[in-house]
Amino acid sequence: MDIYEKLTILSDAAKYDVACTSSGVNRSGRPGMTGNATAAGICHSFAADGRCISLLKVLMSNACVYDCKYCVNRVSRDTPRTSFAPRELADLTMAFYRRNYIEGLFLSSGVLRDPDYTMEHMLEAITLLREEYRFNGYIHVKTIPGAGEELVRRMGFVVDRMSVNIELPTESGLALLAPQKSASAIMRPMAQISQGVTQNRSELALYRHAPKFAPAGQSTQMIVGATPESDYQILRLSQGLYRTYQLKRVFFSAYTPIVEDNHLPSVRSAPPLLREHRLYQADWLMRFYGFKAEELVSPDRPNMNLAIDPKCHWAVNHMEEFPVEVLTAPYGVLLRVPGIGVKSAQRIIETRAHTRLTFEGLKKIGVVLKRARYFITCAGRTDEYVIMEPDAVLQGLLSLREIEKRTKIDSRQIQIGELGLPEPKITKIDTDDFRFLTEGYPQAALPAPVPRGASYERRSEFGIYI
Amino acid sequence: MKEEVNLVYIYDGSLEGFLCCVYSSYAYKQMPSRIATTRGQSQLFEDTEWIKTDFSHAGKVYDSIGLKVGPEAQDYVREAFLTCMPDKEMLIFRFIRMAYRHGRKILGCLTDEPMCTINKGILHLKREAHLLMGLIRFHVYDKVMVACITPKNQVLPLIANHFADRYPGEVFMIYDKTHHMALVHNHEGCVLTAMEAFDLPPVDDSEKVYQLLWQRFHETIAIEERRNPGCQMNMMPKRYWKNLTEFQ
Repeated sequence: MDIYEKLTILSDAAKYDVACTSSGVNRSGRPGMTGNATAAGICHSFAADGRCISLLKVLMSNACVYDCKYCVNRVSRDTPRTSFAPRELADLTMAFYRRNYIEGLFLSSGVLRDPDYTMEHMLEAITLLREEYRFNGYIHVKTIPGAGEELVRRMGFVVDRMSVNIELPTESGLALLAPQKSASAIMRPMAQISQGVTQNRSELALYRHAPKFAPAGQSTQMIVGATPESDYQILRLSQGLYRTYQLKRVFFSAYTPIVEDNHLPSVRSAPPLLREHRLYQADWLMRFYGFKAEELVSPDRPNMNLAIDPKCHWAVNHMEEFPVEVLTAPYGVLLRVPGIGVKSAQRIIETRAHTRLTFEGLKKIGVVLKRARYFITCAGRTDEYVIMEPDAVLQGLLSLREIEKRTKIDSRQIQIGELGLPEPKITKIDTDDFRFLTEGYPQAALPAPVPRGASYERRSEFGIYI
Repeated sequence: MKEEVNLVYIYDGSLEGFLCCVYSSYAYKQMPSRIATTRGQSQLFEDTEWIKTDFSHAGKVYDSIGLKVGPEAQDYVREAFLTCMPDKEMLIFRFIRMAYRHGRKILGCLTDEPMCTINKGILHLKREAHLLMGLIRFHVYDKVMVACITPKNQVLPLIANHFADRYPGEVFMIYDKTHHMALVHNHEGCVLTAMEAFDLPPVDDSEKVYQLLWQRFHETIAIEERRNPGCQMNMMPKRYWKNLTEFQ
């Protein structure tokens, strides 16, 4: 098989992995080596689906012995199998990197024989790339769950970012769809990497030239829409992961049906792209805007509103916090206003020290007044024609056309609850590390529902829950 | 100083030349209504004045910005000069005049003109520079690598360090077709030079193999069910596509 065909098969098999980011580490070039890394990350192209191409995203091999039902590479599927030889992969990476096609390598793999054997194979390719080819660019490696600690440790010292796929948001989902993988096999390397990074930080403080362990941290991804988890479970889980393991990112991938299976959504259903988009919005709110998962979704309303973004949704439900006076409000409060982002909040603070802000001026520095005008006052005055009533606000936030468009997409997405799936069973896990996994279940012991206070509990005329 | 309706300063298009225009304006107490390069068209009934580039005058103006306003303002002026804003010279000229009068705090007045327009221009420049760090495609000819770009802003000075750092052992050239400039890097370092015309020579077979591999990778990595050309064009505007290997 020639390299052309191999690349086709192994990139096609890797395309469902998300996380094609090259961010998190700044490393300048070194004499005699090729490459550098930029903390912001660099996108080198965009595929026809609009996703960024930053790294050469391939599998080491697609010959997998596991039989995960959602996966294109499962053993029971009839598809051509192949593997890269370490040198082939290193050659290809260098050739692409020199031409500035890519920012580095993103290597994952199907499980060849067993996890340790697979990891050794991957480690060989990467060591070759780093030591013989003197490659100094970005490398992201997917850790194979179940691989030995020593291998994970050695891998950590040659790559920039490591990730372990959590695959599905609950353990029952995992048991149902990926019977050979267990939550503990996924969590073990995650905990190990997290410890490694923390330990490495103190080593680096002592010795500036100590070898760096996964300097760009670790990330994970989970499939959304293959199993009946709610947004509440997913967001609680990601919040837990950020806190417990200091993950850099949690990625969501809308399940693209590839195979007909009675445990999975039918192949005719479209991937829940809008839901994925809302989850990412919520993820951003948690990471940069100081929101907690519990503020965005609650046990009694476990899914996010697809018709309106989570920040607007929160604001409309918390009208008692508004209006915010932009001339005096602190940064944290400004950030919670829909239409004001991190950049525009910073600019407001910088500008209001020197000049008098007006609505016109706010627009100039990048505030989206279309949304923000319902939630702010400027020098004590609201914008013209603004009525601060939840229904009026909602009407202003969504144009009718938008509502029609949104609800159409909404109804196209299948309702997983209607598929007649067995109710997920709660498994008791003893280790403290997994506490947030069980907490994610609505059936598990949940904190008492928060009194909703002044929130507006009714259906608006558009049929959208506010 | 009153604006003289028909006075136009003509300079050679360099930053030094522009700073000399600022110098002349103060030295001769003139307020030009327009500052243009030799490349620009002159209009009827205009009183044109050719400003000769004098490095000592330019240096005086540049240093005075650093002293009276601060080093941030020097960076600001240099960056603004690289942008493609229409009439950027007058905008920067007005900024310099205001900066002399008000000092450092002028940089924080983001809602006032001309800072608002200049900020947008600089943001556009920086975004384009960042995008091109990824979108530049080198063609390998034996030991030399060459790339062509057609940016709107003059991005070469902003991306030079990045590429020199990335390929320390390589000999490469990035040619900016819009501004007829070339960034040349070899083992001794990096130079930015003017270059009137340049076209990519045809590549040989071994290079063609990698181009085809890259095209194939670019095709297969997209998920058909998620097809979204609108998003693709948003992230990577079509005007860049003509220089990209994957769309040849």
